[in-house]
Amino acid sequence: MKQKNILSQVKGLTFRELLYNNEARAFFFQVATFLLIAGLFYTIVGNLFDNIEARGIHTGFSFLKNRAGFDILPFLGNYLQDYTPESSNLTVFYVGLINTLIVAFIGIIVATFLGLFIGIARLSNNYLVAKLAGGYIELFRNIPVLLQIFFWYNIFINIFPHPKKSFSFFDIVFLNQRGLYLPKPILEDGILFVLIAFIVGIILTVFMKRYFNKKHDETGVYTRTLGYSTLLILGLPAVFFLLLGSPLHFDLAVLGKFNLKGGMQVVPEFIALTFALSVYTATYIAEAIRSGIEAVDKGQKEAAAAIGLTQTQSLKLIVLPQALRVAIPPTINQYLNLTKNSSLATAIGYPELMGAFGGTVLNQVGQAVEILGMAMLVYLFISLCISLLLNFVNNRMAIPER
Amino acid sequence: MAVNELQSTRKPPISQIGAVLWLRTNLFSSWINGFLTLASLYLLYIAIPPLLDWMFLSANFNFGTVNILGFDIKFSEVMADNDSCGREAACWPFIYEKLYMFIYGFYPREEVWRPDVFYGLTALLIVIVRLVRNYKYKNRVILSMIVTYPIVSYILIAGGFGLLPVVETHQWGGLLLTLIIASVGIIISFPIGVVLALGRQSDLRVIKLFSTLFIEFIRGVPLITILFMASFVLPLFLESGANFDKLLRALIGIALFQAAYFAEVVRGGLQAIPKGQYEAADSIGLSYFQKNVLIILPQALKISIPNIVGSSISLFKDTTLVLIIGLMDMLAMVNMTSQDIYWLGRETEGYVFVTMVFWVILYSMSRYSRKLEIRFNTENIN
Repeated sequence: MKQKNILSQVKGLTFRELLYNNEARAFFFQVATFLLIAGLFYTIVGNLFDNIEARGIHTGFSFLKNRAGFDILPFLGNYLQDYTPESSNLTVFYVGLINTLIVAFIGIIVATFLGLFIGIARLSNNYLVAKLAGGYIELFRNIPVLLQIFFWYNIFINIFPHPKKSFSFFDIVFLNQRGLYLPKPILEDGILFVLIAFIVGIILTVFMKRYFNKKHDETGVYTRTLGYSTLLILGLPAVFFLLLGSPLHFDLAVLGKFNLKGGMQVVPEFIALTFALSVYTATYIAEAIRSGIEAVDKGQKEAAAAIGLTQTQSLKLIVLPQALRVAIPPTINQYLNLTKNSSLATAIGYPELMGAFGGTVLNQVGQAVEILGMAMLVYLFISLCISLLLNFVNNRMAIPER
Repeated sequence: MAVNELQSTRKPPISQIGAVLWLRTNLFSSWINGFLTLASLYLLYIAIPPLLDWMFLSANFNFGTVNILGFDIKFSEVMADNDSCGREAACWPFIYEKLYMFIYGFYPREEVWRPDVFYGLTALLIVIVRLVRNYKYKNRVILSMIVTYPIVSYILIAGGFGLLPVVETHQWGGLLLTLIIASVGIIISFPIGVVLALGRQSDLRVIKLFSTLFIEFIRGVPLITILFMASFVLPLFLESGANFDKLLRALIGIALFQAAYFAEVVRGGLQAIPKGQYEAADSIGLSYFQKNVLIILPQALKISIPNIVGSSISLFKDTTLVLIIGLMDMLAMVNMTSQDIYWLGRETEGYVFVTMVFWVILYSMSRYSRKLEIRFNTENIN
């Protein structure tokens, strides 16, 4: 289409006229850029293949099937994938991916609550609380996150005791320099039904909430639903749990002669990493929350008070919906940053995607292009998901215009 | 009976003046506020005294040599024998002895004046930028400095050209390397970022597509993957396939990474320029180049300055990542010096010291950015 357009436009022009014709120029520049970039790619990829051949590096993805042959720090990925050194490199990829996702997941939850708390405290009319929150933000956002990871990791393994002298909380949870030992849940048949009941409970709650909201809109009769929701979400699975004869047991850690046995070990690398990432990201989330609340016009609160809403109602119905509109997009961006920063775990040896797969496997196999390509694709995919989420939220939150 | 004497005014109640009033309104306005105040005080009480104790009161400040049985012994050697620093509090002699490595890395001691002059020049640059703020030709002054500063610095630090002895890049380290990576990263990536931003805003579809792809790709992956790429794959892209300078590889990776972020910042500025400006430039017959250089960019860059500084702060923090590909920046120096046989396990002191250096630099930068934001924020003055 465009080609034809251009041809019809430039037909019959002299060279000089052609030189000053906007369409012709645009066409020329685009073709030139395309050729330039294509040429660059051609050279680079050509060189790449030549060099790979010259160095005798293998190509292709067959390395994924090979035996990994190294130990990975025992953590969630290992348990879920039953990893042993005999496993394949592809298993290492999955182990790394799981370990990345768990850091991101826990980190996001902790950072959100911490950020929310600090952001609100920052605006407190209590002088001391506001100053402390401000100090927290200024302190932690101006220290490189990698430094914080190193710092907390170092603190963790230095101040917590040797396994023999573990801190113990009622002999259920233990804490020592090798990490946190939690009871390990052992799932039995039937736990699936409890899970399904839990999900059904949530779905039913949503429908119930809709029904009562509609009723509220139509008749003005307000029904408290908190009790019903709790009953549905927690009670329903609980009934199934008891009916099926408690299909869940916990394996507690036991203090042996030198070390703790059993239980679920949460390694110090994970704790330090998640803690550092959460503390760092929380400063940005706190700032987002603060600017969101500050963005709500003072008149809104006054108007809410004038029509007789209580403090809680005013916050819940007037201030928060408007504040969140401003605060949520930057917060979601911070979630993405936290996920990307989780790759810094490489530096303290936590086996996430870039540490286990992009680091150790890369060193053994040497196929940098394939391995880094796979890692980058994973991160791009996560970014894409978060961007889609952001767009969805933005659309939902956009002020409907009439 | 008439009262013809003025009654003396009573003093306001104690609760309505001075410190008591301040305490009541700011700390104890309600019972919940009072509780929060006490909780905060408790938090400070459990955090501050042990910290002060560790850092100052019980810490060892015994620098220099110690005389034992008539022999002058360098402090580190005493340490190796009797571990006189202890583990309960900070051991600052460690920092004192390794200060050179934290600040200059492995730079040859006899050439140390060169990094010193570099630090001086950097400080001078900052001072001059502040001083010429209201000077008529400030743009020219700043531009000429931005051009000469990297050249002079490079000759100074790297040597060569028959002027100064060459110092190889693997000898650069510590704060020096951190500053070099940050400043080179910013200076190189900024023009690339501006071009990418213009490309993304362009009407030419092919150019827009490539710019957008590049920016979104880079912004979607962590810096580490880019650094690994630059470290392992970049040499393979070149014809010779040679492993060229490690620092240069890292700098290329960082510059490309930062360019994508600068591009987004500048694009924000470009989008804030009213459409009338573009149309006016077109209507007086300016070319694309003239339009952008004379009309659009000066305005767009000016309003993006606070965000440019903000993005530079992020870059400064990200420079620490180069230690993962084996460059010896200030943080890497802590990890290395605490492996020293005399100073095993002194990471904490090192991290605290490096934290203080980074914090002072980053905090000043963020204060500066906030100040700029207020100065440029001419719209929303309520």
